[in-house]
Amino acid sequence: MTYLVHDPEIELQASEATRRGEGALARFLRHRLAITGLGIIVVLVLGSAIGPYLIPFDDLYIDIRHRFAPPFESAHLFGTDPLGRDHLARLMMAGRISMTIGFASMVISTLIGTVIGAVAGYHGKAIGAGLMRFVDAMLCFPSIFLLLTLAAFIQPSIVTITVIIAATSWMEVARIVEAQIRSLRERDFAIAAEMLGASDGYIIFHELLPNAVAPIVVAATLTVARAILMESYISFLGYGVQPPVASWGNMLNNAQQYLASAPWLAIFPGLMITAAVTSFNFLGDGLRDALDPRLDH
Amino acid sequence: MTRYLFGRSIQNLVLLWLVSIIGFAVLHLAPGGPLAQFALSPGMSQADLARIAEQMGLNRPLPVQYWEWLSRLLVGDWGHSYRDTQPVLVVIGSHLWSTLELMISSTLLAILLGTWIGVLGAVRRYSFFDSLATVGAMVALSIPTFWFGLVTIYLFSVKLGWLPAGSMFTIGNGSLLDYLHHLIAPCLVLGLVTVATWSRYMRSSMLDVINQDFIRTARAKGAPERTVLVHHAVRNALLPMITLAGLQLPMLLSGALVTETVFTWPGMGRLFLDSLDYRDYPVVMGVLMFSAVLVLVGNVIADLLYAVCDPRIRLD
Repeated sequence: MTYLVHDPEIELQASEATRRGEGALARFLRHRLAITGLGIIVVLVLGSAIGPYLIPFDDLYIDIRHRFAPPFESAHLFGTDPLGRDHLARLMMAGRISMTIGFASMVISTLIGTVIGAVAGYHGKAIGAGLMRFVDAMLCFPSIFLLLTLAAFIQPSIVTITVIIAATSWMEVARIVEAQIRSLRERDFAIAAEMLGASDGYIIFHELLPNAVAPIVVAATLTVARAILMESYISFLGYGVQPPVASWGNMLNNAQQYLASAPWLAIFPGLMITAAVTSFNFLGDGLRDALDPRLDH
Repeated sequence: MTRYLFGRSIQNLVLLWLVSIIGFAVLHLAPGGPLAQFALSPGMSQADLARIAEQMGLNRPLPVQYWEWLSRLLVGDWGHSYRDTQPVLVVIGSHLWSTLELMISSTLLAILLGTWIGVLGAVRRYSFFDSLATVGAMVALSIPTFWFGLVTIYLFSVKLGWLPAGSMFTIGNGSLLDYLHHLIAPCLVLGLVTVATWSRYMRSSMLDVINQDFIRTARAKGAPERTVLVHHAVRNALLPMITLAGLQLPMLLSGALVTETVFTWPGMGRLFLDSLDYRDYPVVMGVLMFSAVLVLVGNVIADLLYAVCDPRIRLD
């Protein structure tokens, strides 16, 4: 009896894996758009985290005498809003809210999606089929319809908005994890673990899921982009984050009526959303190319 | 074919049943139902509220309400709007066409423009144009639809004054030309997403086709490159796009809802938002169910069309 460790094929696979590991970083660094995206994300995160301490205006300070100040003309770099509040300070504080919601609902929805996908993929048969039909049913709704229905009836706060965005965006992760787990559980190492008497939970979390990390990371990155976009949609329609707390979406809420007189109120928050969402999409795309070299996009 | 249709219909009915349970649960378990608005009016006592709940049937256990609603739905009675007591299907019907017009026009835009971008990107793979189209599509899919609507209004209505800023007709003018004039901006805004998606899929579909043997045969016969591309490659690359059109329906509906809000377009999206504000359960539930039906039927039609257009595909 030879031990598997000495199997030359295994060793070959292992060395291939290390090479693949090195290659992943190199491939990622070559992906210029992903690097640009990462750079913009870092700037946006730092800007909203530290920025408010660096400018001399408070985002909630109302200054009626200086309302509708146009951008790039006074100390208010990005102008002021209908109440004379500094637009740049509000954009930074809104960035905190919008990006926190994006990250937090990504974490929640990835957790939900991973657990449901793992259980469905591992058990197959009735439980798996039932869970996946539930996923299909959730995907029948145009996402924004379901999101608005939830948002309209629930007392809006940052926490509830985060939760309902997560509750309507875990399906993609669930599908990816389900497919991964379903194929991984037939592999030798999973069967070996099962024969050694490992519990289902141990096999799922210690044996199978670590092998499915790459696609989960990619999906999670794209989920941040989606969550920021969804937050902006429901806040724009008035069901999301409520004033005076600013988010990039609700800053656009009243911008339409001032479009002719103060277009900067509409332009800057939208640019922020677009920059953040595009960056996360590019980052996700770069991660996919780096972590999964089999796919050629 | 009949067996396929039968199987798919059963599957879809099960899905719709799940959809109805999810929708009903979300709507009824959430706090602040249709009674909340009466509770605010002065002189309304608890007894009055209880009587209204009794009359509307909202005081019974949820499973009973669900069963009642479902059994009526099955015989074609989708309930009446709380707002103006019109039948739900009539309300939806009167808003459906405006939404469909928006969806169809932006899909047409995607077919025309997206196909062209995708084909050119595939033919000149990795060229400057291809990279630009790739990056452009990614950015286009990241722009919030409503914000793009605002920018469009700012540029074309406020600054240039070329296009109207909203609604379907100028009051007092109902001509086709006037309608088309109003359609341009919302169609462009919704089209941003559809063109971007369509061009990406068209590019990869075209790349699949372009390396196949029959294309080499066509070239070997000495057919001019243009004929090879247009008559042999594009025609075949368009086939899988039929499925895409079906799969895109939920996204298209979501986009239409947002576009309608920005351009005050009187479609299903605005109906849905107004009904949400009014806590009009039957209409909200109706729109949710109707959009799910639309999505599922759209997908079946896409599959059937694919089978009709591509004889290699057999549905069983």
